[in-house]
Amino acid sequence: MMLLAGERLSIAFGGVHAVEDVSLAVAEGELVGLIGPNGAGKTTLLRLLTGILAPDSGRVLFEGRDITRMPIHRRAQLGFALTHQIVRPFRDMTLAENVMMAAAGGVTARPWRALAKVDARGARERAMALLARLGIDDAADKLARNVPLGYLKRMQAARALALEPRLLLLDEPLAGLNAAEATRFADLIVELNAGGITILLVEHNLGEVTRIARRLLVLHNGSLLAEGEPRAVMARQDVRDAYLGEEAHA
Amino acid sequence: MDYYLSVATFAALNVILAIGLNLISGFCGQVSLGHAAFYGLGAYAAALASVAGVPFPLAILGGVLVAGVFGIVVGFAALRVREDFLAIVTMGVGFLFLGAVRKQPWLGAEMGIAKIPSPLDKWGYAALAIGAAVALVLLSLHVRRSWMGRAFGAVAQDEDAARTIGIDVAGYKIAAFFIGTAAAGLAGGIYAHMTQLIIPDTFNFIQSITILAMVVIGGIGSTYGVVAGAILLTLMPELFRFINDYKLLVYGALLLLVMRFSPGGLAGMIQRAFGVRLA
Ligand SMILES: Nc1ncnc2c1ncn2[C@@H]1O[C@H](COP(=O)(O)OP(=O)(O)OP(=O)(O)O)[C@@H](O)[C@H]1O
Ligand SMILES: [Mg+2]
Repeated sequence: MMLLAGERLSIAFGGVHAVEDVSLAVAEGELVGLIGPNGAGKTTLLRLLTGILAPDSGRVLFEGRDITRMPIHRRAQLGFALTHQIVRPFRDMTLAENVMMAAAGGVTARPWRALAKVDARGARERAMALLARLGIDDAADKLARNVPLGYLKRMQAARALALEPRLLLLDEPLAGLNAAEATRFADLIVELNAGGITILLVEHNLGEVTRIARRLLVLHNGSLLAEGEPRAVMARQDVRDAYLGEEAHA
Repeated sequence: MDYYLSVATFAALNVILAIGLNLISGFCGQVSLGHAAFYGLGAYAAALASVAGVPFPLAILGGVLVAGVFGIVVGFAALRVREDFLAIVTMGVGFLFLGAVRKQPWLGAEMGIAKIPSPLDKWGYAALAIGAAVALVLLSLHVRRSWMGRAFGAVAQDEDAARTIGIDVAGYKIAAFFIGTAAAGLAGGIYAHMTQLIIPDTFNFIQSITILAMVVIGGIGSTYGVVAGAILLTLMPELFRFINDYKLLVYGALLLLVMRFSPGGLAGMIQRAFGVRLA
């Protein structure tokens, strides 16, 4: 059975059909790349899958179960995690505290239970381990508002991992990292996937996506243009045209 | 002596009101410009219960629950509206409460409720109010240290990010409104029995702004700061009588000055001067 499936998803903003009639499926254990030129609808599609946006039509299924109307926080509790393209840290918390908030999912799920619990050592330990894994534990006790973008990008990944997700949706995690950091992060994505986390990766860094993804989806003008093995997809003329069209406009 | 005792009692009631509002606005980030309505709900509910012969502790409890339940209703409204609009909604709740009370004969309309039974003496009320204020301060400090306080902080800073890491934003907002408004109801019940007479005007918009001014001047989000703000703003009109006639003007101006020059209020000034962060 598919871990995650979108069935005929559509959403329009005013006159713009940001996502139109897109169906996709991700099997447990896959590492799928989702690419497409600027404005293709990639972020919007991720938002539909995570519930930040409700589709005008279509359904979202998790393990065959319809979760289209399920609130975001419940999906997160099911094992859905995402990172935001535009970083969304809790700015007045330290990096460690940001990750701890996600690591304490069992405690914070219910307000009254959260009120009864003060101890944060367990969450702190798990947060520090994740920050170390992403190579940013040196800034663990700095406020999120005071650290550079590359740190926040990686903190978001640590925060998503702290949810112990089964499915990780990453929206341009490599943007804002330098080449060495990007390669290191891409390797980490592969490692996480090997560890059992299913991953859907939106990325503009085509070199890295084609290197690590085993399957690519190409979105163009809100619709699915191509799908398949990365090298084969990248060789297709219509995919090249879609990207070239972007450059011609730019 | 009686005078000092009554000032101390009012200071304690204001601490309860300000701590409650700080939980909603300071901890959880939800603006409320109608906190006095819950003070009034608690006062009216407890007064009616007492007049009907309900024992004092149960009447007080009734006031707490009525205010808390209405707080939950407003909490649900808070889920539906954008942040800036919530200010208008809560202000509207305040006016709605006043408008409704003024027109209801069974609530005494403009005359309010008189001859509320009073089981305690002045010392008794002072002890009760101060005891309740201390309990609320301790609760507030505990909330801040607990995971509830951390989750409130996440909701206040970025709701959407909070949702995506599994935090039940709606549940936390409603919890904040419940605790904060129930506290106001407690203050209302004590006030009603102490004065034995309540009129609608006590719970008007100026009262709401006064409570907000205590929170902001003390330092929004800081329990100790808010206690200081509440005590300061209780004493000010006692020392400078004229303030009573210009409350809205004076507190409004103070609010703007603090927000412009020291958004952290008194607690923020202390942090800058001494480098200690007040809880
Ligand atoms: N909330 C919104 N309101 C109006 N239009 C929107 C909204 N979100 C996205 N759009 C529009 O929908 C289209 C798809 O946007 P989206 O952000 O999903 O693209 P993307 O593929 O993620 O692009 P990028 O690579 O630049 O991140 C764009 O035309 C965008 O302007
Ligand atoms: Mg995008």
